Amino acid sequence: MFPAAAPGGGPHERTRHRHRHRHRHQHRDRHRDHVRPPSGRAPARAGVTPPFPPTPDSSFPPLLPSGRAGELGGAPRPLYMDVQATTPLDPRVLDSMLPYLTACYGNPHSRTHAYGWESEAAMERARQQVADLIGADSREIIFTSGATESNNMAIKGVARFYKSRKKHIITTQTEHKCVLDSCRSLETEGFRITYLPVKKNGLIDLKELEAAFQPDTSLVSVMTVNNEIGVKQPIHDIGEICRARKVFFHTDAAQAIGKIPMDVNNMKIDLMSISGHKIYGPKGVGALYVRRRPRVRLEPLQSGGGQERGLRSGTVPTPLAVGLGAACEVAREEMEYDHKRISQLAERLVTKIMSEVPDVVMNGDREHRYPGCINLSFAYVEGESLLMALKDVALSSGSACTSASLEPSYVLRAIGTDEDLAHSSIRFGIGRFTTEEEVDYTVQKCIQHVKRLREMSPLWEMVQDGIDLKSIKWTQH
Amino acid sequence: AASSRAQVLRLYRALLRESQRFSGYNYRTYAIRRIRDAFRENKNVEDSEKIEELLNKAKANLEVIQRQVTIGQLYSTEKLVIESPGNT
Repeated sequence: MFPAAAPGGGPHERTRHRHRHRHRHQHRDRHRDHVRPPSGRAPARAGVTPPFPPTPDSSFPPLLPSGRAGELGGAPRPLYMDVQATTPLDPRVLDSMLPYLTACYGNPHSRTHAYGWESEAAMERARQQVADLIGADSREIIFTSGATESNNMAIKGVARFYKSRKKHIITTQTEHKCVLDSCRSLETEGFRITYLPVKKNGLIDLKELEAAFQPDTSLVSVMTVNNEIGVKQPIHDIGEICRARKVFFHTDAAQAIGKIPMDVNNMKIDLMSISGHKIYGPKGVGALYVRRRPRVRLEPLQSGGGQERGLRSGTVPTPLAVGLGAACEVAREEMEYDHKRISQLAERLVTKIMSEVPDVVMNGDREHRYPGCINLSFAYVEGESLLMALKDVALSSGSACTSASLEPSYVLRAIGTDEDLAHSSIRFGIGRFTTEEEVDYTVQKCIQHVKRLREMSPLWEMVQDGIDLKSIKWTQH
Repeated sequence: AASSRAQVLRLYRALLRESQRFSGYNYRTYAIRRIRDAFRENKNVEDSEKIEELLNKAKANLEVIQRQVTIGQLYSTEKLVIESPGNT
């Protein structure tokens, strides 16, 4: 798709019109797949807008050679500081994908011709690249649509496969929504779930984990790096504990792989969820690592052609798989470089903000963390107001999945953050493509607006007057 | 050898020149920074086989950059808020 606004401004009305137009086309196109025209002529694929206007139709603004992408209508683009939500595609990744989006379109499962073989070879190379990043065997990698699917598959799959003997699962309160929701749905199927609390620093207490095991525990699921506060759980220790009890260990490593070293054997991980678009790869692809020895068995979620060892039926999207593979290889080569640089930039951001603004709290453990995810609470400032004021910087108060709601984050509540501080938190994401200038701009704007918003805040005024806010009895309404 | 030194410098300059043409701010600044750092990091490599390997990698990367610069120019966007004459 080419969501191109008209060059030279004023594209809003027309852009919207184009959208409607396009949807109609797509719909018709889908219909056509079923009703093939009797003639041998292939129908024009109207759902795929060509990169130039097919006819001088006035409803299509001409896309000039310098075609403008984006939907911002000519305004300068905000800086991107939300890499936990998604990362830009690395040009090296796109470069590896393009042949499989154009000339090499074979179905990787076609065994009777060269189109299939070439796609299969590319898919298997990608599988190897994913495996190499985490120290696995390529046969242990299952391509999925993303970490949400991987998490669903791992948790529901293991639980259901062993359900006749094992009905208990352990996870934590700070997992990603899709893990918690998978567990909730298993509860309705009669499984018992332990949601481990976390300590003030966001890490689980290993003693509490050990105490949570029951004779029929089938799975422990603990994420490696938290997507909201960036804390890194003691995966190695958890792996040891689970292996000693012969309980399978799943980790959602979407925010960790390619950023910190992960080794499934060394860490005794049995299942691991991987996402493409968190590591500068494409959206819509991920992987699940499933250990072969000792063998982990899953009940598949999807029925169908039996691709991916029968665990995930459906044609593997070759270009996306190739992109995931390339992203993993680039990440493996660049991990040290990226990590060093991201640490420096994170240090720069935190030090500058903390030195200029009082009453800023960093959420999550200071030591055990991935440095590129920084969650700060600005006391006496409403997070949403700050986000609005910082419109030149793409930031979030937490997970993108919940960014539409004004509820404070459940992760922050789980680490015992006060309600008011939980409302004043902002997550800063630093990635491979972040620059010093972007950090400095963000810091400067952030300081400026926190000061301004506090000037306007009666609470801040009271605090400056030495009133303890906790001692105030607010009138009940 | 002297010829290889000249070759390396030529490649280095070509990579930087091509990277300057990325229309996206983040890709442009990253490419330039990464190329500089990589050449600096490897400037003391003596092993001719290793040099050969690094050169081949750089050549492949140059081709990637050339293609991706073209694509970036086909789908360029508005500039970022910090891209004023003062900032890269």
